[in-house]
Amino acid sequence: MVSTPQTGAETSPAAGTGVSAAQAARPERGGEPLLAVEGLGKHFPVTAGLLRRQVAAVKAVDGVSFAVHKGETLGLVGESGCGKTTTGRMIMRLLDPSFGRITFEGTDITGLSQRQMRPLRRDLQMIFQDPYSSLNPRQTVGAIVGAPFRLQKIQTEQGVKKAVQDLLELVGLNPEHYNRYPHEFSGGQRQRIGIARTLALKPKLIIADEPVSALDVSIQAQVINLLEDLQDELDLTYVVIAHDLSVVRHISDRVAVMYLGKIVEIADRNDLYAEPMHPYTNALLSAVPIPDPDKRKGRERIRLSGDVPSPLDPPPACRFHTRCWKAQEICKQVEPPLVELRPGHHTACHFPENAPEGATELVAKAAAERDEAAATGEPVTLGEAKGGVRKV
Amino acid sequence: MGDKRPAETLDGTPVTMAEGSPPPTAFLEVRDLRIHFPTDDGLVKSVDGLSFRLERGRTLGIVGESGSGKSVTSLGILGLHNRRNAKVSGEIWLDGQELVGASPEEVRRLRGRRMAMIFQDPLSSMHPFYTVGDQIIEAYRVHNDVSKKVARKHAVDMLGRVGIPKPERRVDDYPHQFSGGMRQRAMIAMALSCDPELLIADEPTTALDVTVQAQILDLIRDLQEEFNSAIIMITHDLGVVAELSDDILVMYAGRSVEQASVQDAFHRPLHPYTWGLLGSMPRLDRERSERLLPIKGTPPSLINVPAGCAFSPRCAYAELNEGRSETERPELAEVEPGHRVACHLPLERRRQIWETEILPKL
Repeated sequence: MVSTPQTGAETSPAAGTGVSAAQAARPERGGEPLLAVEGLGKHFPVTAGLLRRQVAAVKAVDGVSFAVHKGETLGLVGESGCGKTTTGRMIMRLLDPSFGRITFEGTDITGLSQRQMRPLRRDLQMIFQDPYSSLNPRQTVGAIVGAPFRLQKIQTEQGVKKAVQDLLELVGLNPEHYNRYPHEFSGGQRQRIGIARTLALKPKLIIADEPVSALDVSIQAQVINLLEDLQDELDLTYVVIAHDLSVVRHISDRVAVMYLGKIVEIADRNDLYAEPMHPYTNALLSAVPIPDPDKRKGRERIRLSGDVPSPLDPPPACRFHTRCWKAQEICKQVEPPLVELRPGHHTACHFPENAPEGATELVAKAAAERDEAAATGEPVTLGEAKGGVRKV
Repeated sequence: MGDKRPAETLDGTPVTMAEGSPPPTAFLEVRDLRIHFPTDDGLVKSVDGLSFRLERGRTLGIVGESGSGKSVTSLGILGLHNRRNAKVSGEIWLDGQELVGASPEEVRRLRGRRMAMIFQDPLSSMHPFYTVGDQIIEAYRVHNDVSKKVARKHAVDMLGRVGIPKPERRVDDYPHQFSGGMRQRAMIAMALSCDPELLIADEPTTALDVTVQAQILDLIRDLQEEFNSAIIMITHDLGVVAELSDDILVMYAGRSVEQASVQDAFHRPLHPYTWGLLGSMPRLDRERSERLLPIKGTPPSLINVPAGCAFSPRCAYAELNEGRSETERPELAEVEPGHRVACHLPLERRRQIWETEILPKL
């Protein structure tokens, strides 16, 4: 471990030095996940008229489930409007979920009040996309990075200033820049300031929402390398939200692909990129421009027509069927559940690509079981959450 | 649309030729372009001695990081800089006509008709108060003496051409009623409405999702085949450049450091900055590399551009030149046919570094 400021209050035994960083970097998947999300959803009401009656709902996130283990990085990819940012904000409890459950270290944090959440904020931190708007222009770097200590009323051994300077050094900034203002820094440096603030309280889980998309290519690589180094040194767990599939492949251990508020595929990084099963994942991957002029010709491309439908009124059953070239009648009627078709590789599709024999039957069976369970009012198990725990 | 007219005859303006300079042979030729902005903090040299040429039917990709002068160059070609704030010098020849010395009125007549621009963010570059159709109609009628009715029909045609469904209805929509991808299509329709010979696309897909980006890149490629226009594609995404361009110009701190065919630039790049860009990118088409190879440091301030080679403070090989990089500015030199590089390192050494040190790690 590098020398980081000692936060006076020890938050939990796991924050201590019991586990070496190297061990934790390769987690055991069997154990209890650090973060578990079950059937999480967010519907933003659309109101109209004098009485502001709700007339519709933007179904930004509509039942997503996944788990993140200690030391791993989960990548959340999708196009704009797919609900990836909303999901991240719900995990941070910056938005209240409409339904579903969030469990952090075995504790259900879905219904906690702001006050109850406050101690947990030490363990859960966020890196924001825009390094220009996420730093207060009227505060010095020292005040910005030191704010978490102040807000959490944490005493540091050698004072907040020393702690902040150690953090600045950790993220590759000059500690003497303590008294400067954000506008004196470049975009990449500002992002480092944001990361230093995130790390101040030694969080366990960091949600990084498009951490590098506002940066230039050469700076982007610096920040990606920094995030990887910090993960090794400080035993961090990341949920990285991004739209750039190459960046996601580089930093994630597992990747979840979202489309219109649902997870359509979730798998180990190598599996997902080598043998994507969901047609949408295939389309996304084939649309990425490849920086090699020789591959311009002869590359098999899947061109999706049209735009993503509105989340106000998403297509019924499989939400991708309006743009899918493999869609058949069943796709318009039965929603495909997320099924584990290969070890660790879950897909929600009736006709997956690169799939083992009998995949279609497996999906149909899982869909039938789900509908039966829903009809009899059985609790819905992890993996599919149609009409899950609904908070009124 | 579609009536391909001989460029000069309908123009009305006589072909001007600056005296003394040899007549250009290329369709677009930029010679020693400098665009400087005097500010309270000092002179910002956004573009400082840029030269390149472009033929019709070809696409030039200009690559560089923010602040390298890519967008300032494109606005300079279109004559969109305020002459009171910007000092523009050098020569820009568009089909035999010099633009830097031309009067604003002359340039205005060319803009939109013979050269047009696609901007990065269509939401902020379209007027929110007018319908999409009105904006295309206006651009068309400025340069063509036609009735509103004819212009409207033309606008509908153009919207259909760029793939907007039900164009006769969507023509009366406002920009906010379009999705991001459709807005960019409308922007392209507007730019193409007068059948321009030079199209400058400034980060046309940066604000778009990857599947929509693929649609727009296809569209630009198809339209180029149809109109045989010359395209300048400004982007920071090397993937987009590799997909679309014939030639590449890599800019750093207002100057071009490497110009080459797209094949040479990706397979035999000879400038350390180009190597750095290639090493910084995570790539989907290769095995996942354990670590990215970023360029150290940050781009320089354009007020205090480092003496000598502007890239030398960030260059891993600068010390191999025994201080020459810090004192003497390397000039762009043709090292192979069509491949120009501005670097002090001996050519053989650079070839060797690329083969043995850079390529294996990509």
